[in-house]
Amino acid sequence: MTPQTVPSAIPTDLASGRGFKVRQYSICLKGILFRESLRFLNQRERFISSLVRPLLWLFVFAAGFRQVLGVSIIPPYKTYVLYEVYITPGLCGMILLFSGMQSSLSMVYDREMGNMRTLLVSPFPRWFLLVSKLLAGVAVSTMQVYAFLVIALFWGVRPPWVGYLLILPALFLSGMMLCSLGMLLSSIIKQLENFAGIMNFVIFPMYFASPALYPLWRIQESSPLLHKICLANPFTYAVELIRFALYGQIDWGSLMIVTAFTALFLGGAILAYNPSNGFLRRRQITGGNA
Amino acid sequence: MLFAQEDAMQDVKSNDEVSVPPALDVSAVGHCFGRKQVLSDISFSIAPGHFTVLLGLNGAGKTTLFSLISHLYDTRQGAIHIFGHDISREPGEALRRLGIVFQARTLDLDLSVYQNLSYHASLHGIGHAQALERIRTLLAQVNMSDRLYDKARSLSGGQMRRIEIARALLHRPPLLLLDEATVGLDIQSRAEILAMIRDLVVTDGISVFWATHLIDEVESNDDVVVLDKGRVLAQGRVSDVVRSAGSDNIRQAFASLTGLVSVLPEGACL
Ligand SMILES: Nc1ncnc2c1ncn2[C@@H]1O[C@H](COP(=O)(O)OP(=O)(O)O)[C@@H](O)[C@H]1O
Ligand SMILES: [Mg+2]
Repeated sequence: MTPQTVPSAIPTDLASGRGFKVRQYSICLKGILFRESLRFLNQRERFISSLVRPLLWLFVFAAGFRQVLGVSIIPPYKTYVLYEVYITPGLCGMILLFSGMQSSLSMVYDREMGNMRTLLVSPFPRWFLLVSKLLAGVAVSTMQVYAFLVIALFWGVRPPWVGYLLILPALFLSGMMLCSLGMLLSSIIKQLENFAGIMNFVIFPMYFASPALYPLWRIQESSPLLHKICLANPFTYAVELIRFALYGQIDWGSLMIVTAFTALFLGGAILAYNPSNGFLRRRQITGGNA
Repeated sequence: MLFAQEDAMQDVKSNDEVSVPPALDVSAVGHCFGRKQVLSDISFSIAPGHFTVLLGLNGAGKTTLFSLISHLYDTRQGAIHIFGHDISREPGEALRRLGIVFQARTLDLDLSVYQNLSYHASLHGIGHAQALERIRTLLAQVNMSDRLYDKARSLSGGQMRRIEIARALLHRPPLLLLDEATVGLDIQSRAEILAMIRDLVVTDGISVFWATHLIDEVESNDDVVVLDKGRVLAQGRVSDVVRSAGSDNIRQAFASLTGLVSVLPEGACL
């Protein structure tokens, strides 16, 4: 049958020429941000548990240890601080860490449920799609941190007001670093079940081998080895960056290191999700001649 | 039809060529999973405005081929062109011209029909107002207008498929791929969906590539690509394929091509 040439009811979009305009990139980014926030709102338990975890640390752990673990005056603090004040930046980092890993979980889930496929067949460049997805994850976790800080306020954790403003870029950058680490991991993890493994091998070591709970000089005193591990841990610098920012200061060293790690993880994630190097091929090569 | 050709002609003008590139051109494509070669030397092309069936049993390699065409997998052996655009070299241009309904369900069950569709529209850079207008039109076309704000979870299998079809058409692709779109649906939904897609070919001139293992979905006017164990056994107009296989109908032709003659009783349903 020769195809009919009835005037098309569906005029083409392709007349507009090649590629996309900036406006269309922004439509795409907004769409991804909106969808991720919708998903987040649909999972209220996730929001609550992401708040309960650090609050538990703040209320229970800090209260219990405040006698044992007094923290003397170190920058950025100008006075002797209570233990709960000390661990607050680390708990902000913990929220980012968990949510970065959570978004990695959701990418593995998306991949298994096919939602990732609908994203990846979009004609926008793949790096753009992945960065948009990362930004969405970072936006969600930043909101969680602010919610946590508001509650912490009632617990006597009162950083200067300028700190609330200055941590925004610090949270953004640290969030990018941890979310892209999560995305990189998600390209490596083959199945959902392996996610429990990440908790044990990524989240907890990163959290405990960092200045989140005790200052580095204290760690150095008791275990030089652990101190070295802490210095090699990217999360260490995220925590310090947030800590200084919360007190209105910029820790340039940490800023540079966090930026470098962000570039490294992000580059890795983009490479990993490129079809010619990517997770799909890795899944294909289960036979082992990689 | 018109727009597909116009667009295609624009693309080749520079080459001083008059011929219209095929909607889909697959040449010498192969694919391995590890050491297992699941597709080898696949070559065929789809003319613009045709309904082409990719016929093959489970495990023939249909979904793998679709993953290559839609750039989910990298094409490492051979080349794939969509309206003249190489999927590896110009994935953006190629993917803009492609709509796809995956074999596995891919709606986000926690979101509403509208949210699912507008998410897809944004993934193609279509603005809010325009997206809403198209969503309304397409939902009317697939008879789902009244479900705009329902959660995807509340839809039946057939209804989800219709939404997925509407979604694949949102960015107005001249080429539509459907991977076993009717599998798992009741007879009525199957017939409705198939009729709807055939209608698109006739009224809108869209090229359709329809993968299935259900032989009764093939009509004598269709084009067919018979895929078995990763190889193309026959291709062309159904009537020609039937004739050259020396059979009376496509069912017989398929059975004899794939060597199923001995196991298939007369009239058996594949
Ligand atoms: N991810 C994968 N890893 C290894 N083998 C696979 C994978 N996906 C499909 N296969 C194999 O490739 C062959 C073709 O599968 P598929 O393309 O899904 O066929 P169809 O869609 O026609 O049923 C089958 O033998 C299947 O087992
Ligand atoms: Mg299949």
